Amino acid sequence: MNGRIVHIASNTFREAVRDRVLYNLIAFALLMSGAAILIGQISINIERLVVINLGLTAVSLFGIVIAIFIGIGLVSKEIEKRTLYTVLSRPVRRWEFIVGKFFGLACTLVVNTVFMAIGVFGALLYVSHHFQTADGWVLVALYFIILQFLIITSLALLFSSFSSPLLAAVFAFSLFVIGTFAEDLRGFAALTQGFTRWLATGAAYIVPNFSALNVISSVAHQQPVAGQLIFYNTCYALIYTAMALCGAVLIFEHRNLK
Amino acid sequence: MAAIEILGLEKTYNVGFWRKKPKCALRPLHLAVEEGEIFGFLGPNGAGKTTTLKLLMGLVYPTGGSARILGMEINDPRMKAQIGFLPEQPYFYDYLTARELLEYYGQLSGVAAKERSRKVEAVLARVGLPDVGGVQLRKFSKGMLQRVGIAQAILHDPRLVFFDEPMSGLDPMGRREVRDLMEQLKLEGKTVFFSTHILSDAEALCDRVAIIHLGELRGVGRVADLTASVHGKVELVWEGTAVPAALRALGGECHVTGDTVRAVLPEASQDAAIDALRREHLRLVSVIPVRTSLEDYFVQKLQPAGAVAGARS
Repeated sequence: MNGRIVHIASNTFREAVRDRVLYNLIAFALLMSGAAILIGQISINIERLVVINLGLTAVSLFGIVIAIFIGIGLVSKEIEKRTLYTVLSRPVRRWEFIVGKFFGLACTLVVNTVFMAIGVFGALLYVSHHFQTADGWVLVALYFIILQFLIITSLALLFSSFSSPLLAAVFAFSLFVIGTFAEDLRGFAALTQGFTRWLATGAAYIVPNFSALNVISSVAHQQPVAGQLIFYNTCYALIYTAMALCGAVLIFEHRNLK
Repeated sequence: MAAIEILGLEKTYNVGFWRKKPKCALRPLHLAVEEGEIFGFLGPNGAGKTTTLKLLMGLVYPTGGSARILGMEINDPRMKAQIGFLPEQPYFYDYLTARELLEYYGQLSGVAAKERSRKVEAVLARVGLPDVGGVQLRKFSKGMLQRVGIAQAILHDPRLVFFDEPMSGLDPMGRREVRDLMEQLKLEGKTVFFSTHILSDAEALCDRVAIIHLGELRGVGRVADLTASVHGKVELVWEGTAVPAALRALGGECHVTGDTVRAVLPEASQDAAIDALRREHLRLVSVIPVRTSLEDYFVQKLQPAGAVAGARS
């Protein structure tokens, strides 16, 4: 990777760490330890199911909130505070800045997820005293959650490149909610006719399909995830992320930094 | 080769939310800055100085015209590796220490890893911040941030440095140190282009200046040549307290101090004024030409064309 992208990414990561973003891990640790102790006392034979469901959902929500609220400020904050001027007056291309920012936040989210995953497995061990082979699928669910983070980070960056932080947060969060129900939207499109069908189908395929990336429930029920789904989801997330990043770069390349 | 060649660079913004109206920030600007000179870009607030600098840095795109810096296009990364830029009222990543910030900018500018630490320490010492490299920038005063801004602009040993209001936020000692630094940069063969509205700084430092007002270039040249073009004034002092009516009619300011009168008149009225004093048998003490400052030229250039013509007639 281009050296300047690495430097921008590592500075973005350092900013997140110093702005105490990883402090969310404390809240997550408290949640998981509290849940593990409580579930251990009130659940009968479904402790694993509850811990995996609760743990992975919390990982997803904590990460999405970080991705949106940091992602929307990645560009706009730099413009507002004019820190961008001393970066772009150096031999740094605008696309390198966008890509570097993306990788910096993505790296922050991956590190955050790794720590939260340790918390989930710790809680799982606490309630069931041992690991099972099927617990390996939890790693696949975590991998899919990271793919969701990549998509939402690129979308937050895209919206951040042309709108205010507040609007960017609204757009990104709306797309996350709609994308969570993307399969339902596709089902609705199939039921309609004419222009509505065309419109609903278009919308269903434009919004990110987060429902395909959500295997928390099946993993919690110890159902395996098909290799084909892992492959398709990986390709889908990478292509979607790349397209959103290209959009962000295209907009940012033409933007006047007043 | 000119360090900076600006060929008709212009910028118009569309302002307003619904029915956007064009607002001209910079009219077609033609300017050349030679290598090795200190060039002052002067103008009042809102004149178009910062817009020009942003256009040259590639931060905003021109509506028309073009510019070449060190013989290269304004968005050429090879050119950007050879320039330094201090924005107006700089703000930096305040979670970093001064040393970390300069290391980061050194990385982005392509300074070799083995040289980076040495250069960072040297530049911190050069801007008068040798002992605060490990302090986070959020604890820095405005003047210290300005010094860090200057440090990041010269860190990578650029051939050409752009400073936007470099004296802003500095105390008198700090301003003097920055002036000395700019002179040192010139001695090292570097070109310095700086914008300011503090005319005394420009007059003391610049080989040449340009004056811009309302987005339009009003004058460019050596300070001595520009001030020579302003209609001179002369100061007459005579004994007594009387001011002849004929002298009053010449226009000018008269001040009676004790038993002498001091009058400042246009140079062209000097002979008529002396004749008027002789007719009244007043004893002339001195006739001294008043030195024209850059400020006089600046004020003249900022007046509307009609006002200047009126003043001259």
